[in-house]
Amino acid sequence: MGLRKITGYRRENGRVGIRNHVVILSVDDISNAACEAVANNIPGTVALPHAYGRLQFGEDLELFFRTMIGTGSNPNVAAAVVIGIEPGWTKRIADGIAKTGKPVADFSIEGKGDIRTIADASYKAKEFVQWASELQRTECDFSELYISVKCGESDTTTGLSSCPTVGNVLDKHCAQKGTASFGETSELTGAEHIVASKAASEEVRKAFMAAFEDYTKLVFDQKTDDLSESQPTKGNIAGGLTTIEEKALGNVEKLGKKTKFVGCLEPAEAPAGAGMWFMDTSSAAAEAVTLWAASGAVVHLFPTGQGNVIGNPIEPVIKLTGNPKTVKTMNEHIDVDVSPILQGEMTLDEAGELCLDMIARTANGRLTAAEALGHKEFVLTKLYRSA
Amino acid sequence: MIHFLVHDTKDDVGVAVVDIEAGTHCAGKILANNKPLEADATQAIPLGHKMALRDFAVGDTVTKYDCPIGTVVKAIKAGELVHVHNLKTKRWA
Repeated sequence: MGLRKITGYRRENGRVGIRNHVVILSVDDISNAACEAVANNIPGTVALPHAYGRLQFGEDLELFFRTMIGTGSNPNVAAAVVIGIEPGWTKRIADGIAKTGKPVADFSIEGKGDIRTIADASYKAKEFVQWASELQRTECDFSELYISVKCGESDTTTGLSSCPTVGNVLDKHCAQKGTASFGETSELTGAEHIVASKAASEEVRKAFMAAFEDYTKLVFDQKTDDLSESQPTKGNIAGGLTTIEEKALGNVEKLGKKTKFVGCLEPAEAPAGAGMWFMDTSSAAAEAVTLWAASGAVVHLFPTGQGNVIGNPIEPVIKLTGNPKTVKTMNEHIDVDVSPILQGEMTLDEAGELCLDMIARTANGRLTAAEALGHKEFVLTKLYRSA
Repeated sequence: MIHFLVHDTKDDVGVAVVDIEAGTHCAGKILANNKPLEADATQAIPLGHKMALRDFAVGDTVTKYDCPIGTVVKAIKAGELVHVHNLKTKRWA
């Protein structure tokens, strides 16, 4: 493990990325069309359209800015073009990204219209793409990778095989002073005592329990039934998971056997240092991975049982499964097959090594299944209604 | 071939790791101590689904990963399928 090296893009602020994207970031829903037009004009850029960005306020607005600035700041992004309807919030996002030292340009539509904005932004996007195309990968330590983890369409095989495989990876990665993050607050219900026991200090334990209890209150304030078919999902139930407790106990296998978590992060907040971090996220795959990408994570490990197909536009998502049926029926979505664990034909340590190898290959440029299939789910977390 | 796995020594359900037909005499393993065990499936247990390793009465707690995973709402006999028809969450009810 200690000997593994990868090749990555060392950014202006010293952080290591494994992709070299030029993003066309939409500030708001009504600027999506311009962003998509620019991305269409300039192959090699990726548009990041989304549904929000207007009339948000309070904590929800803070989360919005943190997510947008964090996305542009991710080390997998070489340069960013930011387009919004008006210059104020557009510039606020561009200025936030510019603190990383990477090239950023901002364009606003009011007073100019879509067509001239698209033309101006396209010239800049072309310049950025050509500049980025000359950046070279250099040798970096594996431990410089910030890895996020979350499972989806889980079943009982995830708790038996793919989640403990991720746990094995995190134990090894964090022992080498790597950085990692887990979350899915509601999906820890029934296993919260296990998570709490892995807090590195009493202060961290209390912060985790406060976030957990806050989410539990949200569930009780909003629920109309016992959440069956939402959490666990219909897919979870089809795969044999019966209750949230059972699902959570399988989920927390991802946390490993030895590693303690060193702190709690707000959604989309960047970790302040190495080690394993809890992030307060929803358990919906695209929302959660978008938050981790915005916190700077450069590669995501995604155990699945029944076969979730999620990807992200800037953070490669590596899928693992231990379900032999899913390996057969949804093979094009699976990067790492750990199903031999079920018959005792593969140990967790061997599975962890297989996964570490796949992370290294992904870092070196191998496209994940989700990337090759064009999955680019970019989904903002909304805390409450807009004004 | 292993038909089912049990996470912990105190667990009273096993997870099918192959599709098990009703009437199958099953070979299982406890992961915590690698100990083999056997059980007779009286109902079909699809891959990933749970088989009762003892009889349960209504109100009993089912244990998996050495932790409670829910309350029995319909009596279950050893060898039967344990799922949403006879087990409910204790947490968000």
